[in-house]
Amino acid sequence: MKDRYANRKYIIMALVLAASLVLVVRLFHVQIVDKTYRVSAANNALRPVTQYPARGLIYDRNGKLIVYNQAAYDLLVIPVQTSAFDTARFNEILGITMDDFRERMKDAVDYSRRAPSVFLKMISSETYALLQEELYRFPGFYVQARTLRKYTQPVASHLLGYVGEVDNKLIARDRYYRAGDYIGVSGIEKTYEEQLRGTKGVNIFLVDVHNNIKGSYADGRYDTTAVPGTNLWSTIDLDLQVYGENLMKNKSGSIVAIEPSTGEILALVTSPTYNPSLLVGRVRSGNFSRLQSDTLKPLFDRALMASYPPGSTFKIMNGLIGLQEKVIRPTSRFECHMGYHAGSITVRCHSHDSPLDLRQAVAQSCNAWFCNAFRNILENREYGSVQDAFDRWREYLVSFGFGNKLGIDLPNELSGLIPTRSYYDRYYGKDRWKALTVISLAIGQGEIGATPLQMANMAATIANRGSFFIPHVVKKIGNDGAPSAMYTQRYTTGISPENFEPVIEGMEEAVNGGSGSTARGARLDSIVICGKTGTAQNPHGKDHSIFVAFAPKDNPQIAIAVYVENAGFGSTFAAPIASLMIEKYLTGTVKRKYLEDYVHRVIMTQDAEED
Amino acid sequence: MQRRTNILARLDWATVILWLAMMIMGWLNIYAAVFNEQHTSIFDMSQRYGKQLIFIIAALVLAVLIMVTDNKLYFFFAWFFYGILIFLLVLVLVLGKEINGAKAWFEFGPFSIQPSEFAKFATGLALASYLNSHRQSSDFRVMAPATAIIMAPVVLIALQPDMGSVITYFAFFIVLFREGMSIHVFISAVLAVTLFLLTLLLGNIPVALGLVTVAGVALLITSGFLLTLKALAVMILAGGISFVAGRYMLGIDMAGIIVMAVFIAGLGYVWFLYRLKLKMPAVIYVYLLGGILYLFTVDYAFHHILQPHQQTRINIVLGREQDPFGKGYNLNQSLISIGSGGFTGKGYLNGTQTKFKFVPEQSTDFIFCTVGEEWGFIGSMVVIGLFVWLLLRLLILAERQRTTFVRTYGYSVLAIFLVHFFINIGMTIGVMPVIGIPLPFFSYGGSSLWGFTILLFVFLRLDAGRTEYLG
Repeated sequence: MKDRYANRKYIIMALVLAASLVLVVRLFHVQIVDKTYRVSAANNALRPVTQYPARGLIYDRNGKLIVYNQAAYDLLVIPVQTSAFDTARFNEILGITMDDFRERMKDAVDYSRRAPSVFLKMISSETYALLQEELYRFPGFYVQARTLRKYTQPVASHLLGYVGEVDNKLIARDRYYRAGDYIGVSGIEKTYEEQLRGTKGVNIFLVDVHNNIKGSYADGRYDTTAVPGTNLWSTIDLDLQVYGENLMKNKSGSIVAIEPSTGEILALVTSPTYNPSLLVGRVRSGNFSRLQSDTLKPLFDRALMASYPPGSTFKIMNGLIGLQEKVIRPTSRFECHMGYHAGSITVRCHSHDSPLDLRQAVAQSCNAWFCNAFRNILENREYGSVQDAFDRWREYLVSFGFGNKLGIDLPNELSGLIPTRSYYDRYYGKDRWKALTVISLAIGQGEIGATPLQMANMAATIANRGSFFIPHVVKKIGNDGAPSAMYTQRYTTGISPENFEPVIEGMEEAVNGGSGSTARGARLDSIVICGKTGTAQNPHGKDHSIFVAFAPKDNPQIAIAVYVENAGFGSTFAAPIASLMIEKYLTGTVKRKYLEDYVHRVIMTQDAEED
Repeated sequence: MQRRTNILARLDWATVILWLAMMIMGWLNIYAAVFNEQHTSIFDMSQRYGKQLIFIIAALVLAVLIMVTDNKLYFFFAWFFYGILIFLLVLVLVLGKEINGAKAWFEFGPFSIQPSEFAKFATGLALASYLNSHRQSSDFRVMAPATAIIMAPVVLIALQPDMGSVITYFAFFIVLFREGMSIHVFISAVLAVTLFLLTLLLGNIPVALGLVTVAGVALLITSGFLLTLKALAVMILAGGISFVAGRYMLGIDMAGIIVMAVFIAGLGYVWFLYRLKLKMPAVIYVYLLGGILYLFTVDYAFHHILQPHQQTRINIVLGREQDPFGKGYNLNQSLISIGSGGFTGKGYLNGTQTKFKFVPEQSTDFIFCTVGEEWGFIGSMVVIGLFVWLLLRLLILAERQRTTFVRTYGYSVLAIFLVHFFINIGMTIGVMPVIGIPLPFFSYGGSSLWGFTILLFVFLRLDAGRTEYLG
């Protein structure tokens, strides 16, 4: 066959020669003309020293320091740079055995001969001082400064969260993290990890065979400086938090206090709890498994994750919805003969005057009154069916933040439970249930659950007469920062402001009224507290005591929800605790020592071991 | 009996000796690169140098086996080999073991096999068989199926994804060029790569101006001075008219008018010359317009379509961002070890950079660092000399074939070796970006050594039988 393109062989030949020429010229330059590479080779033991930034500090709402940092040191080794040294002396300084030494060295070699790996984590300042003097005798070893968390008070551990080592999954996913780095695992430390962690830096040094740093590699061209983490200002009032945790000592339960006008959380107490210092540094993993196996579950954050039936505190909601739907009036009166009786159904009530109006029904927590009100809501002729009315009822609750996560800036929040229409359809058949079937919802029992956080938010919403801000725990990121926009937006509920007044008056009377009022234990002479007691039925034991409140009645400064597990009626413990918290926050001191003593004396749990 | 001796006599021994020399030098350098004080014997089978010796012996056996096969086998079974390798490339995507993020390896006990190393040989055969059965032509209808033969394994390897191997497959376009593919394909490809890099490095406006200048000079040279003057007059007239029209009749904004005027002026210029049967200016003009359109697209895509982390990755390759412990680190360490070798090198097993393992992958992709550091500039020249010798020898062998089949296959071998040689050594000295492909016969690894040996010896076998009638 004729070869029409035979001349193209010369072009290809030229290509081969040109490619080779490029390589030859470049090699000539690199190997003969340019001398800098020879100098580099002389000091070419590169040692990258990561500059770990200090994590951001966390302050309380008044600028009091809560979390800060202390120094610690990691001893690192680059196996290829080591050579024979006095291992006995080395082990003596570090306080490790020869076997321990061999194992650690083997781990390091297995990881990489060329890259640095951590030989011994978090050695103390004293050991570090000793080691530093003799470090020149141990080539290949060097020390890297780290910081550990330290706390001004042993409180708020769930809220603050803890810091742990990154796992391999995350290292694979996120370029920023390297083995041995720390990351916020829970609480504020997790949510605000990106702000708190700062930016790592690295200094690359040239090191000679005697472990002496010869200077900066490439004049520091590849070095980066560490940028410390951003400081956070929490919404927490540290004094109130400490006070609340003290009140809850030896009890199981939770306190959530919110500033209604902003949604800022003033105190977030869960009990039993643990000392945050237990989960710092080398002791963390041991302590963590101990806490995890503790039968009192100190790692469980009740404030956000425990969903209880709200009990009688929920009557407030049914009162509000009834008023808004115009199926009851503040002056409506319903009979109560030791309970509500309809057909075969009886919801029992305690002994009190009858009939009551709305205000008195709230104050005295009349079950019959609210069963009637709830029935009116669901049997409202304006809606085609009980089920449609139920949907409407549910919408109001959702607008208060029930049944969904509120969106607090902490991980692991639970959504609680507000049943849907289809929930009952599944149980009883489609549309085959009536108001009486679900009558226990009238008094906050049955298939309903809310977290203490949601209940506190309800109290704040009532205090605001119908609107709220999403509760949050950080008010300022950095010196002139602000919280994220979602926390400055006001959410309104479906209830008009004027409908709150009669209910709030009932809550006022519950605390400040005469005989028959359920929450007189929360009364405070100087400040008008509005509150509502509740009792969450507990299938596993004694009922839980609940109290929600806000104060003062006009221009409210604090809204609060208190849960004390297995404490019986809301009036017994939850109300006094809430009252003390309000007094502490609004007046700064607590004058009612007898009430404090009363609360402290009670031990509802076995003594949680405190370190 | 007669035929056997013929084959030995006709075998191109020069190439065989080059092949042996390269393998042995590679082995010695691998010994230096992974030298381990506890295993000083070069025959220690627990170390890479011991294993490489096994690979070399297997390669010798493989070479002998290929020489005793019938050369018609490769002609008649070209498509069969191609089919099998394509099947294996599909299979490796399903059953393959993931190493360094790429599903490129089959694992059999302690050994792993990389089918993409053998697919080059099959692709070369299939391409040769296809071109052998078509008349030489730059015709699209001939070249498009040929391109498809190359692209099938490329797509499968890109799915692994092994971008280093993908790049080496573009070597086959050198073969297509030899057999008639239009030179414009290559100019366009070179232009595309050059403009891409220049646009990202210098920005779109300077590159566009540079392109206009180069095109202007090219037009001047290809059309002569006097003609250029006349053409310029036409151009100014066309541009002027379009300027006035755009300004006063169409109401376009100033920048738009200038672009339009320049475009129409150029069109007028080329039209004038084209009427005089001068086609070159038209071709240059098309390149100019295409080039400018392309570089603005690249600029836009880079800044508006790519995600920041993708930009970072490209910037690191371009050297605009530093990553001292990533790719930048490899290159830096590689340059230090080669550069510190100086003229005569530090001597065998005396390379400090080599000994302390500063260069990653030094026995595989960065084996040339050992050569550069321990044998110096002299050693580097010897290695480059061996490769140039081999490549030119292959060119001569290819050109002396009587059939398109063997010639084309020979060029495939040459092209693959050329690309591996240039990219591999180029990346160790910063001429090319860091692309992980082996240096033929030097780098540690059985798959690549056997793949290259098969590639080479099938050609030597075909060459030895060149006087026999094929097909």
